[in-house]
Amino acid sequence: MAPSHVQPGAPQEPSADRRLSTLVRHLLPSSPRRTAAEDSSATLESSPTMASQGCSVFAGLAQAPEDPILGVTVAFNKDPSPNKVNLGVGAYRTEEGKPLVLNVVRRAEQMLVNDPTRYKEYLPITGLADFNKLSAKLIFGADSPAIQENRVATVQCLSGTGSLRVGGEFLGRHYHERTIYIPQPTWGNHVKVFALSGLTVKTYRYYDPATRGLDLKGFLEDLSSAPTGAIVLLHACAHNPTGVDPTIDEWEQIRQLMRSKSMLPFFDSAYQGFASGNLDKDAQSVRMFVADGGELLMAQSYAKNMGLYGERVGALSIVCGSADVAGRVESQLKLVTRPMISSPPLHGASIVATILKDSEMYHEWTVELKAMADRIISMRQQLFDALKARGTPGDWSHIIKQIGMFTFTGLTSEQVAFMRQEYHIYMTSDGRISMAGLNAKNVNQLADAIHAAVTQLK
Amino acid sequence: MMALAVDVTRFEGVPMAPPDPILGVSEAFKADTNDLKLNLGVGAYRTEELQPYVLNVVKKAEKLMLEKGENKEYLPIEGLAAFNKATAELLFGADNPVIKDGRVATLQSLSGTGSLRLAAAFIQRYFPEAKVLISSPTWGNHKNIFNDARVPWSEYRYYDPKTVGLDFEGMIADIEAAPEGSFVLLHGCAHNPTGIDPTPEQWEKIADVIQEKKHMPFFDVAYQGFASGSLDEDAFSVRLFVKRGLEVFVAQSYSKNLGLYAERIGAINVVCSAPEVADRVKSQLKRLARPMYSNPPIHGARIVANVVGDPTMFGEWKQEMEEMAGRIKNVRQKLYDSLSAKDKSGKDWSYILRQIGMFSYTGLNKTQSDNMTDKWHVYMTKDGRISLAGLSLAKCDYLADAIIDSFHNVN
Repeated sequence: MAPSHVQPGAPQEPSADRRLSTLVRHLLPSSPRRTAAEDSSATLESSPTMASQGCSVFAGLAQAPEDPILGVTVAFNKDPSPNKVNLGVGAYRTEEGKPLVLNVVRRAEQMLVNDPTRYKEYLPITGLADFNKLSAKLIFGADSPAIQENRVATVQCLSGTGSLRVGGEFLGRHYHERTIYIPQPTWGNHVKVFALSGLTVKTYRYYDPATRGLDLKGFLEDLSSAPTGAIVLLHACAHNPTGVDPTIDEWEQIRQLMRSKSMLPFFDSAYQGFASGNLDKDAQSVRMFVADGGELLMAQSYAKNMGLYGERVGALSIVCGSADVAGRVESQLKLVTRPMISSPPLHGASIVATILKDSEMYHEWTVELKAMADRIISMRQQLFDALKARGTPGDWSHIIKQIGMFTFTGLTSEQVAFMRQEYHIYMTSDGRISMAGLNAKNVNQLADAIHAAVTQLK
Repeated sequence: MMALAVDVTRFEGVPMAPPDPILGVSEAFKADTNDLKLNLGVGAYRTEELQPYVLNVVKKAEKLMLEKGENKEYLPIEGLAAFNKATAELLFGADNPVIKDGRVATLQSLSGTGSLRLAAAFIQRYFPEAKVLISSPTWGNHKNIFNDARVPWSEYRYYDPKTVGLDFEGMIADIEAAPEGSFVLLHGCAHNPTGIDPTPEQWEKIADVIQEKKHMPFFDVAYQGFASGSLDEDAFSVRLFVKRGLEVFVAQSYSKNLGLYAERIGAINVVCSAPEVADRVKSQLKRLARPMYSNPPIHGARIVANVVGDPTMFGEWKQEMEEMAGRIKNVRQKLYDSLSAKDKSGKDWSYILRQIGMFSYTGLNKTQSDNMTDKWHVYMTKDGRISLAGLSLAKCDYLADAIIDSFHNVN
């Protein structure tokens, strides 16, 4: 049965032929790899190592390469150097270079684990109801008309990735225009998520390497020439990997163009509160679109802003034209998730709900969140100052202009490889560094490495 | 700011989906105000007092985890290493050659469903011509999983309504008739929904025909330890196939046996012919997991790893599991005794005793099942399946009355 959607990386040769040849190898009586099991006259007394002498139906399977982002950490872990620095994955680190679990998260966990009335029964397919409501309020604003009018369908999903995938699958089934436009560049996993959802993926210009800023002209041109009704992926704030965000005025231009072409916005919000330190400010772009009464999709993640990375907590919300449509949309979202995971995991969502519904804990969260955002902003300044002090050639002001966890350094892949080799500095090959991995101790090492790379390799 | 005129909705054509046939039962139960109501719908364990149950050993593990105060960093795509090691050893036996030889690719996944879905995605990509054979009947969500993964499936005969037992000949014939290299989905133990399992001799014959036709065995193991009370006994069928040197897929869940339903913890295991094959298979499974959810949730995995990793806690777990399985067996016996005592027609209800696990296939048809709900406020799925996990000894008599009435007086 031929797959009807894009399969990135599918094997080249016709799969039927490959399977057939594998089976044929099993069947040839003269094959030295034929096992006792295939000799029908033998008893089915098996030797434990029999299969290792036999063929495998997976013989034609290639070794997949490591994921380009998560693979950086794999390589980092293998490096024996005591001076190694991991600027790969976007996970927050303290000034001491340690992972951080927020105090308010620990408190919430204590409460949950010590509560004797709590059970571990299956959540509903849509997830923890409180969590869903509170998440929608957090991103859209408690007074959002879309929420007041019951026009928001929300399902709990596995962090940002899960939310994007569920949204993509839903659109692949129910939306008439199956092309999604993603910014160039974007988070590496976006392409695969949408391709496997059955959507055609196209790009719109976003980053201007000349200015190391936003290519608004290219952005608007590419959307103008896209088909009416196309889906457009937008990073709500703290664009990953570039850290370049549109201004409010630029967002308004984008919004007007999109609405005039009935384009469907699909927001990815992984850094609310983490970018500026303020939750409402970081949600402005999204709320602008909701305010005009139009529809949109919203993938929310609590991995960074609540430090819940491994708990996989997120939500997909779809703002619909009416409450009736929202009800139907929710019912169809359940048909997507039930055959994927049945229902989502309880623990992380319970932590979030506990914090969001308690005003004192919510406040504590905002304080800890701002502290993380402030440390990152401070590291930006420190790196910029260190490069300036070294007289490193080039304009490095983008380091302090860009927003969020990442800086798009502008380094080439050769320079990146050089820095890994000579200075044990790990980053993704597109030159993206996670500022969260920097501190006062290693910022000079990084500055030295950048300086060397830029002066020795052009 | 003037709002631009927009279409009211782009989703006007989206129809309302029907409620999930299994999970929808609990919703209907909640809405019922009658005192006599009984929820025998979802397969979630209940105590004799019909309360949900968190295992003591799970509470212990969670408290221990709080004390340890570990971080919440992303797991690798394949999940928690300590969990993966523990889960494969539990399933195959720690001293199984396939483990010693490094021939098993194991990925932590989102319970049974997530494991099945990952495997289905793998089958679709690497065996796109292959079909999956599923039992008739089987767990309702199996078809949804393969449909959404775009893997074609067909059914093999399994349940014989005449005997309320296994249609073994039909099963063998249908597996034999399938194209070579098909995937055969087998329930490792405690078949859902029927509770009818093959005998050890029948398992040998099933393995024979699968081997003969170069089919790929694909086990769904959601009840290891929960069926008989013994982890090793319940792994018998899987280990039999592995012993023959076959390559095997096994999906595992800890929802029932560790009561971790909502934490979504399980694993997909692929036994391969050689370690380097297992490495390649694992790498490709990771490539499918990354665009689905990136990496799996830590909490449930840590609970399992802590419980299995500590000999005292592991012993306590086995104890609690035996108690859960024991309660179900007692309730099964009591139900049978009540039915036999009350039913004057001479009908032989012993098939209920021969079934195993959380569920029992009562033999009631849809109309009769409706009568159970409408007249007796007994909530169950329309295929006649009842979850014994939701039944108490105290309610057996009432249930027996309901079943007898539905069976004899309704058609």
